[in-house]
Amino acid sequence: MAEKLTQKENFLKGIIKDNPVFVMLLGMCPTLGVTSSAFNGLGMGVATLFVLLMSNIVVSLIKSQIPSKVRIPAFIIIIASFVTIVEMVLEAYIPFLFEQLGIFIPLIVVNCLILGRAEAFASKNHLWSSIVDALGMGIGFTIALTLLGAVREILGSGSLFDFRFVSEDANTLLLFILPPGAFIALAYLSVLFKKVSKTN
Amino acid sequence: MEYILILIAAVFVNNIVLSQFLGICPFLGVSNKVSTSIGMSGAVLFVMTIATTVTYLLHEYILMPAGLNYLRTITFILVIAALVQMVEIILKKVSPPLYQALGVFLPLITTNCAVLGVAILALGLENSSLVKAVFFAISNSIGFALALIVFASIREQLELANIPEGMKGVPINLLVAGLLSLAFLGFTALV
Amino acid sequence: MSKKESTFLNMIISLFVITIIAGVSLGFINDLTKGPIAKAKLERKVNAIKQVLPEFNNNPAEQVKLIKSDMAKDSIEIYTGMMDLMSIGTAVIGYSEKGYSGLVKIMVGFNPDGSIKNIVVLEQKETPGLGTKMKGEKFMRQFRGEKPSEFNLKPEKDGGDIDAIAGATISSRAFGEATQMAYDVFVETTQSKN
Repeated sequence: MAEKLTQKENFLKGIIKDNPVFVMLLGMCPTLGVTSSAFNGLGMGVATLFVLLMSNIVVSLIKSQIPSKVRIPAFIIIIASFVTIVEMVLEAYIPFLFEQLGIFIPLIVVNCLILGRAEAFASKNHLWSSIVDALGMGIGFTIALTLLGAVREILGSGSLFDFRFVSEDANTLLLFILPPGAFIALAYLSVLFKKVSKTN
Repeated sequence: MEYILILIAAVFVNNIVLSQFLGICPFLGVSNKVSTSIGMSGAVLFVMTIATTVTYLLHEYILMPAGLNYLRTITFILVIAALVQMVEIILKKVSPPLYQALGVFLPLITTNCAVLGVAILALGLENSSLVKAVFFAISNSIGFALALIVFASIREQLELANIPEGMKGVPINLLVAGLLSLAFLGFTALV
Repeated sequence: MSKKESTFLNMIISLFVITIIAGVSLGFINDLTKGPIAKAKLERKVNAIKQVLPEFNNNPAEQVKLIKSDMAKDSIEIYTGMMDLMSIGTAVIGYSEKGYSGLVKIMVGFNPDGSIKNIVVLEQKETPGLGTKMKGEKFMRQFRGEKPSEFNLKPEKDGGDIDAIAGATISSRAFGEATQMAYDVFVETTQSKN
């Protein structure tokens, strides 16, 4: 069976053409919820990437063993297991990130991106393609989150990755680390992204 | 008295969509018409309340005593998925037109972070009890409904406005959501 | 690429197998991470104690006293720091659930005379840039050396002595309440010792 996309295209689509956040609008909740700083955005992106990768691998490996009617529950169990692993590992080894991401860690399981890729891709493609797809989508997601986190952190706290470039008491645009700021920042980033991806 | 506080906090001060960022996907996806928004809110109210009841009991009487706390995520999401299936089946029989109207959005309630989110948040309430948890769930679904319906009515108006090409679609919706969230931020002085 | 038929038996078996494998793997990882999780929690406590008490050479974290108090629904933790078997300070964990976003948990280090040596915020979910300023030096400064018996732990708005964070009165109030709880327990325990 010939591949419809080369692996390079397979990988790149997750970053620009089908970027989960800016184009497909998947995974909005964590996108807005944890991006008050670049580090948090990056952490969440990597955690999601891990779950996406592992679930795509497992689903792709056992796809012929899952009866069609129960595939959604099966995917959910697989995804939820990896999310739980991430929960436990973060709490044990990176407690700071665990506290920052809070309730959004278990919510990775309902990130439509992961279930979506399992259903649309991993259950219909062989292992290597599924891995590449997960990597592309996951990295695209991480870039989007880190970018949004960086914008919000720079405007709202005057720092980037906790590296301050204004004094602690300076008046920053606090709005951006509050909920409205998330919506507004993402709105303008989406516009920018559209322009950039059109010219590519 | 405490219950009034929970209600006001859930609906206005800590609105599940506009300040806690849960339930954004349906918020952006279903809110183009007020009528579908009302239908979706009703379905969410139903699922969220029953789900929280079941998950709370599950957690309190099975997971905690057995030390199986780490299975929380996985069991909760399975409960929710099962409930949504049930709602679909029941709705098909009881009210086919509503079932048609909600269409693909019904299964999407499973991945609605608000439902799972509220189920988990309900566990951390001060002096938690089943009654409180259920009330918390109902309050939050009212908050969800409010955000959704207000946003939908704005969007219906927005269809008639002149919007620059680059801002059409997602960006303008997000911007409006941001302004709505800003408005709700003003409620913080209430509690 | 043939899929298994969706017969009833097949569906049950495949879900069952997946669940068993998932359950076992999770149980395994849980055992692996239980230790580090507890260790990380303890380390945070020890670090906090080090920050609120003067130098000590005992092991307060291991000698924690749990006090049941009417003021709180859970037991309050008290750590006594000792230098060469002489008590040089007591760290008490106090909390208030009336923060803007809920729980505010702090550890207050008291000198033997009842004045505050230092306070460390253990848990809070306050608004970034506003309530979170409670962790900052500017807000914290005003408490050091003060005696809660003379320094009223309420915001100035409520008639107290706390210079609240601008725009974050609720957070400041909760912080004061938590400190008050810690002090009240401290007084209770030191009085019962006499």
